[in-house]
Amino acid sequence: MAETAAPATSAQKNLSLRVSPAAPLGAAFEAGSVQGVVELREVPFLTMVGLRVNRNSGAGERVASVTGGLPAGCGSVSGTGNTSVLWLGPEEFLVVAPTEAHESLGGDLIQALREALGGEAGQVVDLSANRTTFELTGPRARAVLEKGCSLDLHSRVLQAGTALSTEIGNIPAVLWKTGDESFRIFPRASFADFLGRWLLDSMREYASPEVP
Amino acid sequence: MLLISCPNCGSRDETEFHYGGQAHVAYPENPNELTDREWAEYLFYRDNTKGAFAERWLHSTGCRQWFNMLRDTVTYEIQAVYPMGSPRPDAAGKVTADTGTASTAADSTTTGNASPDISGTSTSPTSISSTTAPEGATP
Repeated sequence: MAETAAPATSAQKNLSLRVSPAAPLGAAFEAGSVQGVVELREVPFLTMVGLRVNRNSGAGERVASVTGGLPAGCGSVSGTGNTSVLWLGPEEFLVVAPTEAHESLGGDLIQALREALGGEAGQVVDLSANRTTFELTGPRARAVLEKGCSLDLHSRVLQAGTALSTEIGNIPAVLWKTGDESFRIFPRASFADFLGRWLLDSMREYASPEVP
Repeated sequence: MLLISCPNCGSRDETEFHYGGQAHVAYPENPNELTDREWAEYLFYRDNTKGAFAERWLHSTGCRQWFNMLRDTVTYEIQAVYPMGSPRPDAAGKVTADTGTASTAADSTTTGNASPDISGTSTSPTSISSTTAPEGATP
């Protein structure tokens, strides 16, 4: 609370006090991961920006030049470097960037987006604390997700580089297939504990030898 | 479980959607001139159609957009998915005049025979629901 009362402007803030939504599960994630089969970890404190803008408007084009394009339709992801833009709706996008891009750490992403939007219709909202990020990797990652996600996750349908807003384990989450065997899952912070435990439970069978 | 074709996202489970009640209930032009009864009817009175029924749906855990859907309340067949603001298509997918409370279903309360009369609700295979997934909707 002290930080709220007197916000520090420099990047020299004491960040050791930050607790990510799934931090209490960190040890459980490590214990529950099965090396080379399916592994789960939290990627805490990514910078996320909620973007609402018509991509065909002037503001949309200016914003697109900052983020490296805006995705055109459901599932598509655009962006340059380590900044990605996920499609959430026809005029709604989620910008995902590394922690350092946040303005509290001296990054200028959010400010650049605000300036690109200007006074036109739309929103640029810092949502970094809204969701956390889980990274699920390994050959069994798809099998784990299929226990609670009704999308067709087979690679012939869901290509790497596709992000979909859907339900996983009965809670709303954004699922981003970042590679052939790796997924990023963005649950809201309040669901992080639930989804973390759900994934651990779902992963547990792969720690044992397969029953023929 | 219904499989609903969202105009933006393609086929998704029913659990991703929220129901928004009857479609095409227009806000009164001059609410102040309505009697209490008319206002109450606007607020609370809805059709209880047996057959094709136009209703609003929200893809709440997907693209968060509203759309209209023509669904058979008996068979659950989704006959059409169309954008908010556009007039109600009939069961075959053609556009008819927007009467607000129109129903193509036969009035089941007046039929003498026990089995529901579905002659008014075309369940012909001309429904357009299978063609509503947009181009590029990957899932």
